[in-house]
Amino acid sequence: MEVLHSTTTTTWHQACTVEDIPADGGACVLIEGRQIAIFNFSRRNEWFATDNQCPHRHQMVLSRGIIGSQGEEPKVACPFHKKTFSLRDGSCLNDEQYSIATYPIEIRGGVVYVEV
Amino acid sequence: MSTSTETRVVVIGNGMVGYKFCEKLIAKEKTHFRLTVFGEESQVAYDRVHLSEYFAGKSADDLLMAPRDWYSENGIELYTGDPVVDIDRERKQVRSHHGLVVGYDYLILATGSGAFVPPVDGVEKDGVFVYRTLEDLDLIQSYARKARKGAVIGGGLLGLEAAKALLDLGVEEAHVVEFASRLMPRQIDDAGSGILQRQLESLGLQIHLNKSTQLIQGTDRIEGLQFADGTELPVDMLIISAGIRPRDELAKIAGLETHPRGGIMVNDQLQTSDPSIFAIGECALVHQMIYGLVAPGYEMAEVVASQLIGNARSFKPFDMSTKLKLIGVDVASFGNPFAQEPDCRTITYDNKAKGVYKRINVSSDGKTLLGGILVGDAEQYNMLLQTCKNLTILPPNPEDLILGSRGGEEAGVGVMGLPDEALICSCEALTKGQLCHEISENGQNTVEALKKSTKACTGCGGCTPLVKDLIQGVMKQQGLYVRNTICEHFDYTRQEVLDLIKINQLTTYNEVLNHLGKGDGCETCKPLVGSVLASLWNENILQKDRAVIQDSNDRYLANIQKGGTYSVVPRIPGGEITPDKLITIGQVAKRYGLYTKITGGQRIDMFGAHVSDLPLIWEELIEAGFESGHAYGKALRTVKSCVGSTWCRFGVQDSVSFAIELEERYKGIRAPHKFKSGVSGCIRECAEAQSKDFGVIATEKGWNLYVGGNGGSKPQHAQLLAADVDKETCTRLIDRFLMFYIKTADPLTRTATWLNKLEGGMSYLKAVVVDDVLGIVADLEKEMQLLVDTYHCEWKEVVENPELRKRFSHFVNVPEQKDPTVQFDSMRNQTKARDWKTVS
Repeated sequence: MEVLHSTTTTTWHQACTVEDIPADGGACVLIEGRQIAIFNFSRRNEWFATDNQCPHRHQMVLSRGIIGSQGEEPKVACPFHKKTFSLRDGSCLNDEQYSIATYPIEIRGGVVYVEV
Repeated sequence: MSTSTETRVVVIGNGMVGYKFCEKLIAKEKTHFRLTVFGEESQVAYDRVHLSEYFAGKSADDLLMAPRDWYSENGIELYTGDPVVDIDRERKQVRSHHGLVVGYDYLILATGSGAFVPPVDGVEKDGVFVYRTLEDLDLIQSYARKARKGAVIGGGLLGLEAAKALLDLGVEEAHVVEFASRLMPRQIDDAGSGILQRQLESLGLQIHLNKSTQLIQGTDRIEGLQFADGTELPVDMLIISAGIRPRDELAKIAGLETHPRGGIMVNDQLQTSDPSIFAIGECALVHQMIYGLVAPGYEMAEVVASQLIGNARSFKPFDMSTKLKLIGVDVASFGNPFAQEPDCRTITYDNKAKGVYKRINVSSDGKTLLGGILVGDAEQYNMLLQTCKNLTILPPNPEDLILGSRGGEEAGVGVMGLPDEALICSCEALTKGQLCHEISENGQNTVEALKKSTKACTGCGGCTPLVKDLIQGVMKQQGLYVRNTICEHFDYTRQEVLDLIKINQLTTYNEVLNHLGKGDGCETCKPLVGSVLASLWNENILQKDRAVIQDSNDRYLANIQKGGTYSVVPRIPGGEITPDKLITIGQVAKRYGLYTKITGGQRIDMFGAHVSDLPLIWEELIEAGFESGHAYGKALRTVKSCVGSTWCRFGVQDSVSFAIELEERYKGIRAPHKFKSGVSGCIRECAEAQSKDFGVIATEKGWNLYVGGNGGSKPQHAQLLAADVDKETCTRLIDRFLMFYIKTADPLTRTATWLNKLEGGMSYLKAVVVDDVLGIVADLEKEMQLLVDTYHCEWKEVVENPELRKRFSHFVNVPEQKDPTVQFDSMRNQTKARDWKTVS
């Protein structure tokens, strides 16, 4: 599935509150029928939004994955087969044939906004 | 070529030591010397230490110290097959058998030794050999083809090698005849000798001790041996290996001082009575003794070569510690192997079943190691030798040195703890400092590379394990070599992390990462730390910052399945369940549309639960008296049982009750991997306890405890840890075993693999958990009791805690909505997960 972003068709959505996402973990939100994984990387003071689906076996589980770093790169590991994806650009770090989409994310007044 | 500034050096003897002298001299100063070497054998110098490998298939060329070209390339004149027959000390020249006359400024006698042949009637008969040169070996080899029974006189090192050679050559009977009351009398004591003897006998050697050979029977060729006690041994070939005799006849002819019992007398500088003549190796008598090993010979070569280039050196009393493999049996002795009380305290480990004997002699104050003996397992030799030589202060329990040290601090000192001047390779006189420099500064970080650059490990080879440790140690210091460390965020092994977390009393992942690690963690270290925290403190795995460090199964306290739904396994201790509880499971499964299946561990698994249904399901299960079954955790699964004496007509004990007790005791405890158990009520073993991590089988007198079993892809039977023990003892032993495993195993290692990798294996495990050689069982029991006392049902806590419960939803912004992508198909009136697309 090719996901093309064009500024004309994306909108900022109110996704959830900051408290909905565990520190140094993730959770899934439903935005206009799409499953988006939100990660609160509090150790790095960064937030990330990606597809919730792992492209390997098409499972909706990435938000339940363990996040961490490889060198400087923030990443998430799929619980199923441990494919790991960069949270910055969505590239798969241990199998280059896969990648996931990432989304702009912002925190304002305790609310998490995602541009989808 | 000869100019007046050149110093002429003649070496008589082209054996290992004579060769080593040449090598050392030209390494020090190439141009100044003119070297001439005479050898008696037609071969150029070869490795006599490994002579027996000739029979094992090595060629004469393989054994060469250096090829013939090496001599000419280095400007050395070499005459082999041409022994020196006369020394004219007045004119300072030697004359060879072929009439060659060569002048010298310095003469080096490296004539070595010959086999000592005792004056027994009949030694001249056909079929009687010595074991000394390649030529001897050729003769033995061709004669052995027609021999059926062979004997060796001499139960020392070389004699046993010769006996092995006889076996290898296909002789039907190989006998060893020793005059003393034990084998290798100069190296090892009676007990060690006994172990060695049994090992050798099991390999097919027949050993005869206390035998003095009086006559070699036969007319022209040997037909048998006759002993002083009147007994006889019919053999058709004989190898005499009763010791060595220094080759001092040339020195005698030249009028040099020799000892009446053999040996060229030299001073500490290794000079003979003629100051321009030196003697080195086995022909030299220094400190009133002949050094019959290669390492001191090499040192002598070094001492003389140094003096020739103008450095004052003397030969100091040399350590005669040795380690060798005799027909596959390790034998080593070091320091003073025979020191006795009251001068020392002796610790021995004597395992006749495994053929291992270890003895260490510790100084009376318990501080230093005086010497020792190892038979059957000499792995600790190098460290012991270094500990002994460097007078390293011993740990409080010196027995750790021979029993190994797992489960606690490293016993003694690691190789990196040795002082820089510690001699690692005694053949080449290489110190730890030199080798470390070579590894770290010159990048020679393999044994092969070090062999080339320093010649370490090329002599006797005994230092190889220590050199390997050194390479690892240096590389580790440089961060070049990742031992079994966890990941890029933690430069520690699991065991180290466990110890450090305990010492520092850390309870959250971020504390652990801040204290011990770097970066932001990952999917490898997070669950590992989570497991270790649980093993140590047993707090709820989802509280503080711990939920997000758990693998998905632990994080949702259920097993993730295809499609992203979970399966639920309530605990059914011992496999015993009431009808009411069965009904509850049926009702729950029906209500939530779950597929049900009996597991291999006598439990019931319910599949296909949406993450948001999990707390609801558990609410009902807990209400009915169920607890978490921890099928999702690296923890105790089930204690399987057979029905036992309560119903079964064969049962001798109540296996179900004991299984329930054990399951209740160990439930919820986190370990490096899952672990399983079983209890059988009699020897028929219907609970298959021997395929479990720990298994118990009832006997008439009590219970037999087995540990380290495994089913799975590599089935392995558990091994007996204790027999006929009562329940309390059995439980105590399981406490210790499990805790020892939990504290020392690598991540994701089952007990079977752990035990297989555990040095010393089952006997070591027994020594630790039964005999308490490490003195840790009280701690292990205490630590286990803490885990038992702090048990809590994780699911009960989640169900009752709104904060935790909130995390069990698929969409945080629409918690009541389930994942719409989850789909099931039906099969045999139940559901199954829809197959996932395998094409991407």
